[in-house]
Amino acid sequence: MHLAQRALRRTASAATVALLAVAVGCAPQPEDKATASGTSAESCAKSTLQTKTSGKLTIATDEPAYEPWFKDDKPASGKGFESAVAYAVAKQLGYAKGNVVWQSVPFNKAFAPGEKTFDFDINQVSISTERKKAVDFSSGYYDVRQAVIALKSSKAAKAKSVADLKGLKLGAQVGTTSLDYINDVVKPTQEPAAYAKNDQAKSALKNGQVDAIVVDLPTAFYITAAEVTDAKIVGQFENQGGTPEQFGLVLDKGSALTSCVTSAVDALRKDGTLAKIEKQWLSEAVDAPVLK
Amino acid sequence: MTVTKEESGQEDADDRGDMSGGGDAYVPSPRRIERERYKRTRARRATAIAALSTLITGVVLYFVVVGAPGWPRTKETFFDAQYAREALPKVLEGLWLNVRLLLVCGAAVLVLGMLIAIARTLRGPVFFPLRALAAAYTDFFRGLPLIINLMIVVLGVPALRLQGVTVDPVLLGGTALTLTYSAYVAEVFRAGIESVHPSQRAAARSLGLTNRQALRHVVLPQAVRRQVPPLLNDLVSLQKDTGLVSIGGAVDAVRAADIIVGRSLNYTPYIVAGLLFVALTIPMTRFTDWVTARMDRQRAQGGTL
Repeated sequence: MHLAQRALRRTASAATVALLAVAVGCAPQPEDKATASGTSAESCAKSTLQTKTSGKLTIATDEPAYEPWFKDDKPASGKGFESAVAYAVAKQLGYAKGNVVWQSVPFNKAFAPGEKTFDFDINQVSISTERKKAVDFSSGYYDVRQAVIALKSSKAAKAKSVADLKGLKLGAQVGTTSLDYINDVVKPTQEPAAYAKNDQAKSALKNGQVDAIVVDLPTAFYITAAEVTDAKIVGQFENQGGTPEQFGLVLDKGSALTSCVTSAVDALRKDGTLAKIEKQWLSEAVDAPVLK
Repeated sequence: MTVTKEESGQEDADDRGDMSGGGDAYVPSPRRIERERYKRTRARRATAIAALSTLITGVVLYFVVVGAPGWPRTKETFFDAQYAREALPKVLEGLWLNVRLLLVCGAAVLVLGMLIAIARTLRGPVFFPLRALAAAYTDFFRGLPLIINLMIVVLGVPALRLQGVTVDPVLLGGTALTLTYSAYVAEVFRAGIESVHPSQRAAARSLGLTNRQALRHVVLPQAVRRQVPPLLNDLVSLQKDTGLVSIGGAVDAVRAADIIVGRSLNYTPYIVAGLLFVALTIPMTRFTDWVTARMDRQRAQGGTL
């Protein structure tokens, strides 16, 4: 008994020592570098920017990167809307194409608290006040609409209004505003299906497990044109509350770069670069009937 | 604590022994009283040390977590009361799906697993195809990652467009779960059946029981008792994996949390869902402990036969 007790005590004290060691090891973590430097638009010169790797701009997006936002799952190609926007922003900040480093970061991980490994993330993330509590957003680089797609043969394809969608089984990717539109605007009688990825939503649509799915409009055009060709765009939703839904670049909360990235996006909007890129990559995604 | 209790229990037994042996009223010797006092002080000292070291550990842990530079951020991201309140009803609604799946799949898994295990332990050359089939089944489904099994069943089966086959992701997901888990459980049952000493079967046979009767009345009752803890493990594991039916779009507790997390980028709903799962597991464990204890008591009574 005594032996056992002594062994126990020895283990306990060893554990306490180990814990203390861990505490000491963890404590001196560097504080956030969210200092005042680089907060004014004037000091956005490349040399003053505190990027993750100095002299380089690290941009993150999810893998796989979908069309029409990225072409052939190659963000570094400069092809596809978001790839082109990312390089335009980089250029505006003073980074040549060769100084841009791409990083693959899953959608969910891009928002997790803790130090970010990228300077900004571009991944069709809609700006909302609720999300702004968790991360910083640049100003919007694209006004997005949500659209409904259904198989041409299904009853959902004949829907003319939001009310026509009410009784249907709808689906969308989880964590997207598409799912919010179903829940908040359509308010369907059946619980909507929430998929981890748009790929699964697409296959559920093909297999008849859902009547229709909601995605953003450019994605809808791509899906119906290239991926599920026997599906069509039923229509798009109107903006909620009068303000257009916008995609923004995601930065760490309190990032020193936010204001510079924002002014870069604003400058690109002003000089017509964004409109040009949009025309080049998303030109077909302009017209779809509006569901009232 | 428990150690000293056991010791005093032993001494009680000793005391009784002294009484029955001597016949006179028992008077402990001064040496014995001294010894007991010494033991009590040792026990008190041990308790005090344990309490103190627990306290220190707790304080250190508290300061490691709360003193971490990211703590305020972590606190508002993972422990936000407002989001917890918002998430709770929806997560509970999702959890109801997990519970129903657990009950239905759990029952199906036990039945199917038992059948496969019995098929694998059947003797005689006639049963070779059945044995081989059962072995192939367990090999395949134990090896196949559950997530791939689910993808194939939930997304692949509807693609066949078979008449009369459901496209409901919950039913399909439940089928996939049953396929995988019955393979695990079959192995638990088989191990249990084979752990019963061969003399038991031999004795049953020599009493005139048929092979089937020996299995039913002698081998299985002993096997099942040994299997309760590993079976519970599989059941708890199944309970958590029921959430994977969300691959097909069904909204379980975790997916319900996902939906709120996606909108708010606040992770509190995950904590809510996690705690609910833990809360579900604990009564299950206690219940099994109770069942096992009851079975043990019954066995002890049976032993006096």
